[in-house]
Amino acid sequence: MSDDTIKLDELDRRIVVATQAGLPLVAEPYQQVAEALGVTAEEVMQRLQRMLESGIIRRIGAVPNHYTLGFRGNGMTVWDVPDEKVVEYGEKIGALDFVSHAYHRPRFLPEWRYNLFAMVHGRNRDELKQKIDTIAQMLGEDNRAHEVLFSTRILKKTGLRLVTGS
Amino acid sequence: MLAETLQPELNPEALTELEKRLLNEYQQGLPLSPTPFADMAQHLGTTEDEVLRILDDMQQQGIISRVGPVFKPKQAGASTLAAVAVPPEAMASAAAFISAFDEVNHNYERLHRLNLWFVVTAPNQQRVDEVLAEIEAHCGQPVLHLPLMKHFHIDLGFPLW
Repeated sequence: MSDDTIKLDELDRRIVVATQAGLPLVAEPYQQVAEALGVTAEEVMQRLQRMLESGIIRRIGAVPNHYTLGFRGNGMTVWDVPDEKVVEYGEKIGALDFVSHAYHRPRFLPEWRYNLFAMVHGRNRDELKQKIDTIAQMLGEDNRAHEVLFSTRILKKTGLRLVTGS
Repeated sequence: MLAETLQPELNPEALTELEKRLLNEYQQGLPLSPTPFADMAQHLGTTEDEVLRILDDMQQQGIISRVGPVFKPKQAGASTLAAVAVPPEAMASAAAFISAFDEVNHNYERLHRLNLWFVVTAPNQQRVDEVLAEIEAHCGQPVLHLPLMKHFHIDLGFPLW
């Protein structure tokens, strides 16, 4: 998969800062970014390609706002599965097309028994419930408990902020 | 910074077929070419101007947040997901206290006994722990530390229609 150890040099970091809020919607966006950084468009494209290949960039494209698009049944689902199977199940759940993210996180006992998180997306609560049932069936007896946590308010959400220099 | 309610819904039926295709097919794979929008237009059977107009409209309406690279979080340093149970009367104060940290980049209220969920990211673990300790002291409640141990899925977008 991705290489966590790859190092960004100064120009890479400047490209991240210049593009993380989005590309300019003009005919030659990489050229416009390149001009602002005093390099060539070719250099910007090559470095974006390299960051894409190394996994630092997951994808380049339109970033939809699922909530605006009517995906109101979004839920953070949390599952208690046997630790020795968490990787196997994480990979299976992460591969489902209605799951945007799946994570293994530690339990925090006694308050928190869950070790697998999956962000599940549906157009409404009923659709979400069906999708959660699909995951529950996939896990069978290894689903020792699960819950869904709906978000009621976004109090703060900022993207990655990478600062150059200091 | 202040509490922000979720955005109003747009009726997805109001989108044209071209807009839907553009959204479904270009959540990834924006061409790394000198003229990516012209390349997309050719693939979609339309013009570069039309692609740019649609993307600009969708961005202004909040249908898309941006067009560009999606970076993997946690480039360096330390980070954790954290959760705390806050009584309703203390929610406004706790939410503001937590969101005020530069180290907190996501803070969500959720329907659960543990009703505040936030992500703390800092250059090192010591700073993450300091922020969590300050939040724990402010809230008077244990703060759960749930750092990422493994991420199973590279988010490549998903089918919208």
